[in-house]
Amino acid sequence: MTDSRGATENRARAPLLEFRQARISFMLRAGEANVIPGLSFSLGAGEALGLVGESGCGKSTVALATMRYLGRAGRVTSGSILFEGQDIARMSEDELRRIRGRRIAMVYQDPMSSLNPVKTIGKQLMEVPMIHEGADAAAARALAVRMLEEVKLPDAAGFMDRYPHQLSGGQQQRVVIAMALIARPSLLIMDEPTTGLDVTVEAAVLDLVRELRQRHNSAILFISHNLGTVVRVCDRIGVMYAGEMVEQGTIRQVFANPRHPYTRGLLDCLPTLGRDKHGSPLATIPGQVGSPLSRPPGCSFARRCGSAEEGRCTTAPIPIRPVPGEAGHEAQCVRMAELEAWLRKDGQAGAVPDGAETAPLVEIAGLRKTYRQTHGLFGDTGKTVKALNDVDMFAEAGRTLAIVGESGCGKSTLAKIMSGLVTASEGTARIGPDQIAATAIDQRPQALKRKLQMVFQNPDSTLNPSHSVGYVIGRALRRLKGLGKRSAEDETRRLLDVVKLSGDFAGRKPHQLSGGQKQRVAIARALAGDPEVIIADEPVSALDVSVQAAIINLLNELQGERATTLLFISHDLAVVRYMADHVAVMYLGKVVEFGRAAEVFEPPFHPYTEALLSAAPVPDPDRQGERIILDGALPSATDLPPGCPFASRCPRKVGSICDTTPPPAQRLAHGHRIACHIEADELVSLQQGGAPERQREKHVRPHRAEEHIR
Amino acid sequence: MLRFFGKHALFMVVTLVAVSFLVFALNELSPGDVARKELGAYATQEQVDLLRQRLGLDRPVVVRYVEYLGKLFTGDLGYSQRFKVPVADIIFDRLRNTGLLAAVSFAVIVPLSMLLGVVAGMREGSVIDRGITMFATLAASVPEFAMGVFLASVFVVWLGVLPGTATLLSQTGGWSIPAQLVLPVAVIVLYDMGYVVSMIRASMVEVMQRPYIRTAVLKGMSFPRVILGHAVRNAMINPVTVIMLQINYLVAGVVVVETVFAYPGFGRMMLEAALFKDIALIEAGALVAVFVCVLTQILSDLAYMALDPRIRA
Repeated sequence: MTDSRGATENRARAPLLEFRQARISFMLRAGEANVIPGLSFSLGAGEALGLVGESGCGKSTVALATMRYLGRAGRVTSGSILFEGQDIARMSEDELRRIRGRRIAMVYQDPMSSLNPVKTIGKQLMEVPMIHEGADAAAARALAVRMLEEVKLPDAAGFMDRYPHQLSGGQQQRVVIAMALIARPSLLIMDEPTTGLDVTVEAAVLDLVRELRQRHNSAILFISHNLGTVVRVCDRIGVMYAGEMVEQGTIRQVFANPRHPYTRGLLDCLPTLGRDKHGSPLATIPGQVGSPLSRPPGCSFARRCGSAEEGRCTTAPIPIRPVPGEAGHEAQCVRMAELEAWLRKDGQAGAVPDGAETAPLVEIAGLRKTYRQTHGLFGDTGKTVKALNDVDMFAEAGRTLAIVGESGCGKSTLAKIMSGLVTASEGTARIGPDQIAATAIDQRPQALKRKLQMVFQNPDSTLNPSHSVGYVIGRALRRLKGLGKRSAEDETRRLLDVVKLSGDFAGRKPHQLSGGQKQRVAIARALAGDPEVIIADEPVSALDVSVQAAIINLLNELQGERATTLLFISHDLAVVRYMADHVAVMYLGKVVEFGRAAEVFEPPFHPYTEALLSAAPVPDPDRQGERIILDGALPSATDLPPGCPFASRCPRKVGSICDTTPPPAQRLAHGHRIACHIEADELVSLQQGGAPERQREKHVRPHRAEEHIR
Repeated sequence: MLRFFGKHALFMVVTLVAVSFLVFALNELSPGDVARKELGAYATQEQVDLLRQRLGLDRPVVVRYVEYLGKLFTGDLGYSQRFKVPVADIIFDRLRNTGLLAAVSFAVIVPLSMLLGVVAGMREGSVIDRGITMFATLAASVPEFAMGVFLASVFVVWLGVLPGTATLLSQTGGWSIPAQLVLPVAVIVLYDMGYVVSMIRASMVEVMQRPYIRTAVLKGMSFPRVILGHAVRNAMINPVTVIMLQINYLVAGVVVVETVFAYPGFGRMMLEAALFKDIALIEAGALVAVFVCVLTQILSDLAYMALDPRIRA
């Protein structure tokens, strides 16, 4: 340990990783795609640098180039990538192999697919010391177990013999992190390591990364589209646009005084927990990242930049220059000095329009959905899965009801019942006068189908790749409205206009569209029948922040014009805060808190809401509150505890009453209700006191992979 | 595990009963009369009726079916009108011969196709990949009889190093049984392997694009270790069913090869039985073929479970 400190100081002079004018291209049939035109940055030993930017900005290419894993088409055409002084781009395969996994390790976005499905966790972990250190099986095994303990997997030895599919997403990512750190690398590359994980799981994984970073003194190259997660883990941040580092500096420098219009754009378009739709619409960044096949001569962001000046910005390459008075802060903008000071668009929540209470249009009461768990062809395990367990909520006409919760909370089951894909086991759901809980979609009359439409998370998989946009929307118009061919075509054009796409999109196929455009098409299709209610199931979670802002604005505008009622399902609390009039927080098939958005987002909170809020990554270094980390795994939905569903993980659990007695729904002002044994007043005083102390001796339920329900 | 076998055994019995009835009924319905066929066109109707009576063909189908099932259980498969011996005597003999041919062929096909498929698929689009793909396509597209004749003319007629027939009688031209097997096995392997290689290659190409392969490479593993340690087993999951299906073909479908090389096998026997309307033999043969079919199904399920822990549950 003593000499490692000395070594660190030595290395601090020469950076651990340095990109020097690295130019990376992919040779495609269409020509050379120059993804990285000439990138320079450095990363010191033990330092954590976050790379952010929209998709297509070259972040992942930087990560993979550092490992020289660019496929057969990709190469570093000029410049160098120095790691500990050696040029990665010019190493032999053997030298490269000695660095991969040992000096540089990587953690990937999707842990499930990054782990080999047919090998046990243990074998996959043990490989690393066996390859690099020639360790024998016993030594490697001991090391692997120790590593699994270090990433806080309970029963580490037991995990060794499990297969990846037997683990939950969070556990899988812990295994991947253990696998990366097992050889004590000096550089750890993390490519969107928490994307796709639940908020509370993400918070726990990020905490773990911070902790391990301190212990191992590894440098981290942290790639994310989420500014909030970067703030949590990194010291410095680099903003990438079209393969260029347009701005870099310490977290505080960049977040307090962003000098590049793109950085400002990214920060502005984020909904934050303080804002809502009654204030101002979200800022957006128009357009999309240009194709790497052809680059403009000047600033590559100029086409989308509100401050661009014809000539100065568009004729010659822009050099990156230091921001005056801030050491280490650089930006690549010629107008840097002229731009006004940036102000965080905190905005308060706008005033809720008066006389706001309208009659509920959608009302859900006592809704239950129980699945029988089956195993194979004939095997009925006799167990039942309670996906929804006595759910009550309502949405007012022309307003937005947001449903939040983590995976397995039942929010998607609710959407399926509403849309008629499955029918409820018990309880009612109505839209206006129509009861829909027990009616499958094929039994619903046409008029009812028109009333309710869906928008899904992944527009890629919901649009048929062989159908043109015009066909998709036209068919919905013909079937829902009974329009003829000609009038359907006119109406299609009008709908495209409504979602701000030009009429010639009608002739395009989905593969010619960007993610945001696809989602607009999906919304246009949903609007075809002039629905009263639109159910949007995570409609923006697969989109870049700038596109997300545009879609959110669009949904709000449409609601304003058409008085559409929106059931908005999301895991992103900032988006929910921004969009929602009412919020239902769900946990394990129950609504633990329900009320108007303004009230749900202020104390008293249900302890689960509180944990969710504290876990949500906040893109502001000055507002990093203490986080509540939820221990333990989600209880299996097959044997729900008799008491409060959240009791096994609740940091504010009062005692055995939580395990045995279902909590009462405490009714507060404006229909706000919280299902908790703790009195609302007490919750307020507890929660203003900050995060709860973590219980020292916690009764941890036997840890298990989330049950696979087939 | 016990439940797995119980389920499959039940399935097998049900299938066998159903098939036996179907074959029995089909033979009843098809035109032509065994007795007439046996006695020739010049026999009198009286003689035909007499034979029908002796064979018990004048009684209702269902009665005879039940009786047939009963006999099956005592091991009596009936009497072959074509070969004039009890069915049991000929069918097991032929099955043994075919089993030998099938086993040798299968033992060559599987490792060879795995090798070629994996090598081709591990670097998609490489010269090796293109070479193997071309060979596989070519091999699979040349008909068996053409391949048989071609190989025979090279090795038998021209070079004279192998026998042109494989009757399995040791006195045939003094060729040993292994030597007799070479050409039939070669034809079957070439013909069948082209297909299996393509399957394995396609699966391998897909596996090589999976993120866990990237994980393995970026762990610093050498390419051969990545292939052997991470890719091959995953790449075999999908083709395993197809590979097991080859057993069915090898047992009941190699009629052409058996005919070309005068091999006394099961396929050829079935062909002759069908041409001659040797009902007892057809029925027994069909049952055997179905039995093999269900058995390979079980084997492929087992292999599938062995390869992929996700379906073991």
